[in-house]
Amino acid sequence: MAKNDLQGALDLLILKSLSHLGSMHGFGIILHIERVSDELLNVEEGSLYPALHRMEHSGWVRAEWAVTESSRRAKFYTLTATGRKQLAAREKNWEQVVKGVQAILRFA
Amino acid sequence: MGIFRRIWALGKRSKLDREIEDELRDHLQMRTNANIAKGMSPEQAARAARLRFGNPEAFKERVEAEDAALSIEGLLRDVRYAVRGFTSSPGFTTVAIITLALGIGANTAVFQLLDAVRLRSLPIQKPQELVELLITGGNLGLGVNDHPYDSFTIPMWQEVRRHHDPLSGVFAWRQDEVTVGQPRDGKRVHALEVSGEFFNVLGVLPWQGRLIEPQDEAGCDLSKVVASYPFWEAQMGGQPITPNTTILVQGHTVQVLGVTPPSFFGLVVGDRFDLAYPSCIPPNPRREFFILSVMGRLKPGWDLARASGYFTSISPGLFESTAPTGYNAEAVKTFKSFKLGAYAAAAGVSMLRDTYDSSLQLLLAITGLVLLIACANLANLMLARANARQRELAIRMALGASRRRMLRQLLIESGLLALSGATLGVALAQPLSRLLVAALETSQSSIHLAIVTDWRVLLFAAVVATLTCVVFGTIPAMRGANADPIAALKSGERGIVGNRQHFFAQRLMVITQIAVSMVLLVGALLFVRSYRNLMTLDPGMREIGITIGHIGFDTLNIKPENEAEFKRQLVEDVRSVPGIQNAATTTNTPLGGGTWGHTARVGATEGDSRFTYASPSYFATMGIPLLTGRGFTDADTNHAPLVLVVNQAFIRKFIGTAQPLGQLVHVMPEPRYPERTYQIIGTIPDTKYQDLREDPPPIAFVPAAQLPVDAQGPWVAMMIASNAGPDAIQALRRTLEKKYPTMTLQFFDFQQGVRDQLVGDRMMAMLSGFFGILAAMLVVVGLYGVLSYLITRRRNEIGIRIALGAKRRQVIALVMRDTAAMLLTGIVVGTALALLAGRAATAMLFGLKPYDLATLAFAIVLLAVIGILASLLPAIEASNLDPVAALRAE
Repeated sequence: MAKNDLQGALDLLILKSLSHLGSMHGFGIILHIERVSDELLNVEEGSLYPALHRMEHSGWVRAEWAVTESSRRAKFYTLTATGRKQLAAREKNWEQVVKGVQAILRFA
Repeated sequence: MGIFRRIWALGKRSKLDREIEDELRDHLQMRTNANIAKGMSPEQAARAARLRFGNPEAFKERVEAEDAALSIEGLLRDVRYAVRGFTSSPGFTTVAIITLALGIGANTAVFQLLDAVRLRSLPIQKPQELVELLITGGNLGLGVNDHPYDSFTIPMWQEVRRHHDPLSGVFAWRQDEVTVGQPRDGKRVHALEVSGEFFNVLGVLPWQGRLIEPQDEAGCDLSKVVASYPFWEAQMGGQPITPNTTILVQGHTVQVLGVTPPSFFGLVVGDRFDLAYPSCIPPNPRREFFILSVMGRLKPGWDLARASGYFTSISPGLFESTAPTGYNAEAVKTFKSFKLGAYAAAAGVSMLRDTYDSSLQLLLAITGLVLLIACANLANLMLARANARQRELAIRMALGASRRRMLRQLLIESGLLALSGATLGVALAQPLSRLLVAALETSQSSIHLAIVTDWRVLLFAAVVATLTCVVFGTIPAMRGANADPIAALKSGERGIVGNRQHFFAQRLMVITQIAVSMVLLVGALLFVRSYRNLMTLDPGMREIGITIGHIGFDTLNIKPENEAEFKRQLVEDVRSVPGIQNAATTTNTPLGGGTWGHTARVGATEGDSRFTYASPSYFATMGIPLLTGRGFTDADTNHAPLVLVVNQAFIRKFIGTAQPLGQLVHVMPEPRYPERTYQIIGTIPDTKYQDLREDPPPIAFVPAAQLPVDAQGPWVAMMIASNAGPDAIQALRRTLEKKYPTMTLQFFDFQQGVRDQLVGDRMMAMLSGFFGILAAMLVVVGLYGVLSYLITRRRNEIGIRIALGAKRRQVIALVMRDTAAMLLTGIVVGTALALLAGRAATAMLFGLKPYDLATLAFAIVLLAVIGILASLLPAIEASNLDPVAALRAE
């Protein structure tokens, strides 16, 4: 059975976005999630940054200061190999959760 | 890398804060710009961006909390938390730290001594280049050896001085004693006789004035000395050295050239020189006197093996040209076959090292085991503490702390304890090492060792502390971190019965303690008994009330042919002093470590025997009975037939079962001792000769008046028997001083001298005994603690048993069964270990086998009694449990 980790959804979103974007700052990640989900999903800064810092400590992402396209300084996050493994595991897990939730909804 | 940035930011909290702030501010700015792009006014845009963040402080704290979880600052926070925990339970903390400090301190103290006598290099330039030249395998007792460090004759030294390709410089030196001040009441000080190259090759620079140089070797009259720093400071008041600085040495006024630096103590570890004087090479040096030690410095590019090869290759020529004359052909052949080798001398030479190395290593093992027992006790304490804190840990875990975090917290706590213990222990080690050194000092010899806490000692203490921490910290930490929060919260502070595995760890600790203390107790008993054996040993001669007198009379200028008669007269003078029972001269004072022997032949049997030249009253003075034949008389001189009194070992070796009296003993020639034939006229029982441990060797006594004239000298050793105590010796001194004002007199107590040789045994007996008792006490504490703890955990169960009608006796039996199982296992394992460990001590034991049954049995009984006593109290407490109270508490 899949672990019913609905909270893990945020981690999944961040990891997946970073795997697309390569290297990105926090604001970029939020914009990416909004754009790709047609503004259905809105990640709050108050949740994003603690999650990013936690991932950095767990070694899932790497952080470094760099310059943005509009030549501003910002902290950029990049996926590490461990992060990639986490992403794979969490994607699989998420599919199970979705299947489970849909099964329950259909049953009703 | 985040971790490096955080280490960098350590102590600069604001920098880390600023980084987070920077990141957020950048984000805000980007959001604001995006909002403006959507058409908002700048004010609206900024406000909308800020709104998304909510309270900026709260936001920052949330991010920071993630950072802190595994950062260095988090570590500091955990340390602070641990310290707070310790201050709230001062009893536990004090016991733990003191236990660790004593354990680590004792280990460090012993290691520090080992370091000082064994590992540390001499305080000279590039000590690793220093080599000592030695005859490989020793000189096989050939010739005359004055001192254990001396392995060269003067002619050998002269050869090496000319040929030493692998060495950039060579020097010779020897230890000596000289009198400073008036010859009669002067102070005997330690001197070094050194060749002119000594200080240059060692690279010792003068502290004051100059040191001895090659040109100082010119004359053989003592005219120049160099003082050591301690001597200069204590005896010369530390006054500046000028060309006019002189002191009185051996009755001569000599010039003090300079002072050596404070760190330089000579080449003998454990000893310290006071004065150094230039050596002199007499015109016809004796070829059989091994009186020098020769060392040198390796040239760059040469190693020990190559250097040894060089000296081995020049050995045939060297020993051919330096062979002594006056020996039989065989001895000369042996001498010519000697080979020289080069040996590392970076750590100098040391009798102390040779004598006590194995004792110190064994002591280190003993203190290590004591520490192990102490650790087991601490582990039990920590386990009990972890259990008491289970509720606290469970709450922290329920609030989201990870298992890793909890484990870290617990390990930090034990690490802190180990660190405090180690710091205190290192401080304690200094006085403890000094105590150990003091225990090895005797009335006649003091030990000078620089006890320094160097990097090796610190490293050792750190390793010990870490091991300690692992031993006593890990299991409790694992247990604590693996606690199931729900079960822990449910069961409350007291808890129901813990699981089996849980008690298993604690039982294992107690069993370890019992087994290890069994080893220590057996060791202690063996060493104490061995020391007792030595102390009560009958050496076959009188020890009590014997004084050794060393009498020198070179100032009287007595002709060699008259010396025998003078010495006979001197014995009469001594015997006539009131209070003196008897006196006799001897060429060898027994049990003093020295030996003198000749090669002898009786019939077809040839071999070595000890030879002592003693005056007629020797046997009466020393209380040695004659078994058959007669003793010596004053008529036994060089003009009468040569006679011998021999001991039983001599008879066993040379004669066997034949009648010894009347047998002819042929003695091989040696320089100053011509070939002779003696007749055995008497036999005596076996007596100890060199020291107490040795089996009595073959000994032959020759009348003192039959000592060859060439071997006579203006000095004599006298054994003086008196029951009147020191007063008689004082009277004797006054009498002799009155009759011969220039005579030098030294008196020593014979028994004290013999006992002084046992200081090593005494130290082992005292320390192993002390640690054995300590180990037993720790077992009592450990056993009592664990049983009390187990009973507290089983209060409920015991309460129910009592409520259901269990008798007191049955409850006590329940607890004692536990003890019996632990004791039995511990003793069985301990006996096996003790038998194994006993082997290591075999060489140090006297008159005992390491597998001494009585000792083992005594240790087992002792431990069993201790164990039963320690568990009786908690058992009785358990049986007195009030079942109602015990059950209600739940």
